[in-house]
Amino acid sequence: MDKAKGNERKRTFLLITIPILVLFFVFNTLPLIKGLVYSFTNFKGYGSYDWVGLRNYIDLFQDARVGKSYLFTFKFALVSTIIVNVISLVLALGLNSKIRGKSALRGIYFIPNILGGLVVGYIFSFFFTYILPSLGQKMGIEFLSNSMLASTKSAWFAIVIVASWQAIAMNTIIYISGLQTVPEEVYEAGAIDGATGWKKFKSLTFPLIIPFFTINMVLCMKNFLMVFDQIMALTKGGPAQSTESISFLIYKNGMDGGQFGFQSANAVLFFVVIVVISVCQLQFMNKKEEQL
Amino acid sequence: MMKKKQSGVGGTNWPVTILLIIGCITVFFPLYMAIVIAFKQPSEMTNNIAGALSLPSSFSLSNFTEAMRVTDFWNSLGNSVLITLVTVVLAIAIHSLAGYAIGRNMGNSKFYKFSYLYIVSGMFVPFAILMMPLVKQTSQMGIGNRVGVIVLYTVFYMPMNLLLYSGYLKNIPMALEEAAKVDGASTWKTYWSIIFPIMKPMHATVAVLTALGTWNDVMTPLVIMSGTGKNTLPLAQLNFQTQFGTNYNLAFASYLLALIPILIFYLVCQKQILNGVVNGAVK
Repeated sequence: MDKAKGNERKRTFLLITIPILVLFFVFNTLPLIKGLVYSFTNFKGYGSYDWVGLRNYIDLFQDARVGKSYLFTFKFALVSTIIVNVISLVLALGLNSKIRGKSALRGIYFIPNILGGLVVGYIFSFFFTYILPSLGQKMGIEFLSNSMLASTKSAWFAIVIVASWQAIAMNTIIYISGLQTVPEEVYEAGAIDGATGWKKFKSLTFPLIIPFFTINMVLCMKNFLMVFDQIMALTKGGPAQSTESISFLIYKNGMDGGQFGFQSANAVLFFVVIVVISVCQLQFMNKKEEQL
Repeated sequence: MMKKKQSGVGGTNWPVTILLIIGCITVFFPLYMAIVIAFKQPSEMTNNIAGALSLPSSFSLSNFTEAMRVTDFWNSLGNSVLITLVTVVLAIAIHSLAGYAIGRNMGNSKFYKFSYLYIVSGMFVPFAILMMPLVKQTSQMGIGNRVGVIVLYTVFYMPMNLLLYSGYLKNIPMALEEAAKVDGASTWKTYWSIIFPIMKPMHATVAVLTALGTWNDVMTPLVIMSGTGKNTLPLAQLNFQTQFGTNYNLAFASYLLALIPILIFYLVCQKQILNGVVNGAVK
């Protein structure tokens, strides 16, 4: 009797798990394998194709446009991650202090995160193209008098601003929930020792919210490396291909540019890069946490 | 009348409160800009800041009705709602089952431990690498349309949701199920009558995270649904960009229309959304 029950339980679990594994395999692992296979061919996306061995991978490292897109993506991700984490932390400290209208303010600061990246990008695009330059001209600020999006020097930073505007909302909320885990007694003990301001933050608060710092760094970096919507809305990779992110280049040249095989190799490389960075970040942060 | 604060360090921190209120401008300014431009006529848009940012001379809805017509608003909205709703329902049903079957067994079975790691590691796979093969695959399977997008979302959100559900299940004691088992209920029935309702807080988290992600996503419908002539709300903004031309008033009316549904949703379920996002990230 009990054994029959046990078998029934096992069978039910298998009947649930196997279709789910099949579904996941067909729409995640299978395309991953196909992508890997295509990366060894000169497939254009249509017609016949030949095996080219490692040719695509060798070309990848000599392709100036690919190199440029990696440089841009990393520069963008790194700068944005730093900006977002600094501002979010300050904002979270503010929103967690004794202020009036706390929940309303928290609600307001979260709004950017729920809005779609593409539409936000379009709204900011107008701001960068018309409002900011005319403001710059009025105030006589040279570098603002032309559209940020039109210059290869500043277009990338416009994307940083838009992406950060949205990401700060998310990271702030995570930092706030981190700050709420810090018990009041810690501060009281610290106050007796005379810890105030920056010293209090550095030696008391920050060590206690390091797990949240880890989450934010990993989340931020991963999302920013995959940036796509904002670029689609703001620059479409321009000017002069200076803001082509890796995802954008794979989409553009892989889907329409006849580089299916070559961009598959690029995507495989990108995948490896993301895994390595995520694992490194987690390892590094784990060590830091242990030290403290 | 002074209220006594428990912590005793003092009352409201006014400087910070005021700074934070001023800071809200950074949130509201882009929205304000979108609203005033959406209500104006092109003739009101002179080439300076005042022309763009002053209040419109009249609040006429003509830009909005025109934008609705040009972008086929109701159909796009319908598609977005359909895709998001079905994905959320499927995610709650399928991913919670996966979390149950895998989470309950991964402690004592290599097969389930492997299944768990296999699916969760999918979190690191960027869409960029799957994109091109998936476009081919879905069109070969005849689901290069809304169905395909829903299926893909169900698969893409599986790693995160499995992680959430199986984590949550650790706190639900086995004793609950065993009591039902004694009564002779099958595992399947026990799940739906006891475990599924208990996981309600996690369903809310999963629903919020999955809904926000799918509602705002551009890339998946862009590559999978192109050629079907159907749009989601964000996709319509992209596809009708050329038709807006330099008529920014029309364009902004359309952007605003695309933002309104999610803003309303946020106003209504703000608390659940904030909780969901925090739970999802911190777990």
